[in-house]
Amino acid sequence: MASLRDIKGKITSTKKTSQITKAMQMVSASKLNRAEENAKAYVPYMTKIQEVVGAIATGTSDGAHPMLTSRPVKKTAYLVITADRGLAGAYNSNIIRAASNAIAERHSSKDEYVIFAIGRMGRDFFVKRGSNVIGDVIGLPDQPAFSDIKEIARRAVGMFTDGTYDELYMYYNHFVSAISSEVTEKKVLPLTDIAVEKGTTASYEFDPSAEAILEVLLPQYAESLIFGALLDGKASEHAMRMSAMKSATDNATDLIGNLTLVYNRARQAAITQEITEIVGGAAALE
Amino acid sequence: MKTLTVNIVTPDGPVYDSQVDMIIAKTASGEIGILPGHIPTVAPLVIGAVKLKKDGKSEYVAVNGGFVEVRPEKVSILTQSAEVASNIDVARAKESMKRAEQRLQGKADATDFNRAELSLKRAMNRINVYEGNI
Repeated sequence: MASLRDIKGKITSTKKTSQITKAMQMVSASKLNRAEENAKAYVPYMTKIQEVVGAIATGTSDGAHPMLTSRPVKKTAYLVITADRGLAGAYNSNIIRAASNAIAERHSSKDEYVIFAIGRMGRDFFVKRGSNVIGDVIGLPDQPAFSDIKEIARRAVGMFTDGTYDELYMYYNHFVSAISSEVTEKKVLPLTDIAVEKGTTASYEFDPSAEAILEVLLPQYAESLIFGALLDGKASEHAMRMSAMKSATDNATDLIGNLTLVYNRARQAAITQEITEIVGGAAALE
Repeated sequence: MKTLTVNIVTPDGPVYDSQVDMIIAKTASGEIGILPGHIPTVAPLVIGAVKLKKDGKSEYVAVNGGFVEVRPEKVSILTQSAEVASNIDVARAKESMKRAEQRLQGKADATDFNRAELSLKRAMNRINVYEGNI
């Protein structure tokens, strides 16, 4: 059995660790609140833009805008949104696994796809695997603003428009609730699934023309989709880090309980032994 | 007198939401003045100031592109970034104007040039809106 001092040392260090994980849990909880607020602030923008895009895209029946039409796929782009840091449970590995499985299934050679990475974990993974990472953003703040990812979103959309690739998929964690989230694959481009709500399709005048407006509107829409996914991902990152830290704290508490039990048992054994020795010693003197 | 509801929304949240008498915005094909009862319209905006007239006073909001959606009682402006005049960080705008000017003077390829030009436009727009000389 380990000595009393050893056990005591273990208890102290576990206590210290649990203090840290507890603090990280609380930090993530407050970040999660803010992230949810950000996601809420973004909703009106998205609903509005969706409404207008739907109204216009269906209004122009010839709808031959390149961003709305599928074309034969020669090259695919994947935008993978991960966190910069670990200690968030299975957050990063879930996304990376889903993305790399899909890639392995769909493509036989590395020339068939390119990667955009938001977040250090995803970037490092794909760079190490030798995939063609053509754009990355790392070190995003916990509450990202649209300007933080404007550049990469614009590039991702621009390279679709100029024909570098023919499809753009996003991989991110969709925030369901504070305790659950799911890895989501979303096809960003071409925009084939624009939902149209009936009744909102007011007949608009287009100034100067519907085509010219789509030219402005669709890239803006696609870029907003990417930003929306990032906000969603951030919220679930904080949620997952929070629950990972919570279970770490719980485990530490359990461990401390067990160790204390062992410690007390050892202490008692030592006392009993001491008494036996004293009694034995006294008996020998009589 | 009839009024219009104006919403200016960006991905980072709503920037402006109020009742006004008239809106003047710069679209790709020229300036447009919107009064209550306007026919439903959609038009792309250029980098510039949106003027909002209310009770005889005018307010300015700097917008960076995007588009305006007009309905008879409601106007929505959707843009990737917008700032009300009082919220503009003018020191930052001046700095980015300087940077953009330097980049424009240096030798750069076409894409860099375009980007620098755009950021110069944005910075100047912010400064103009802040100082109110429109």
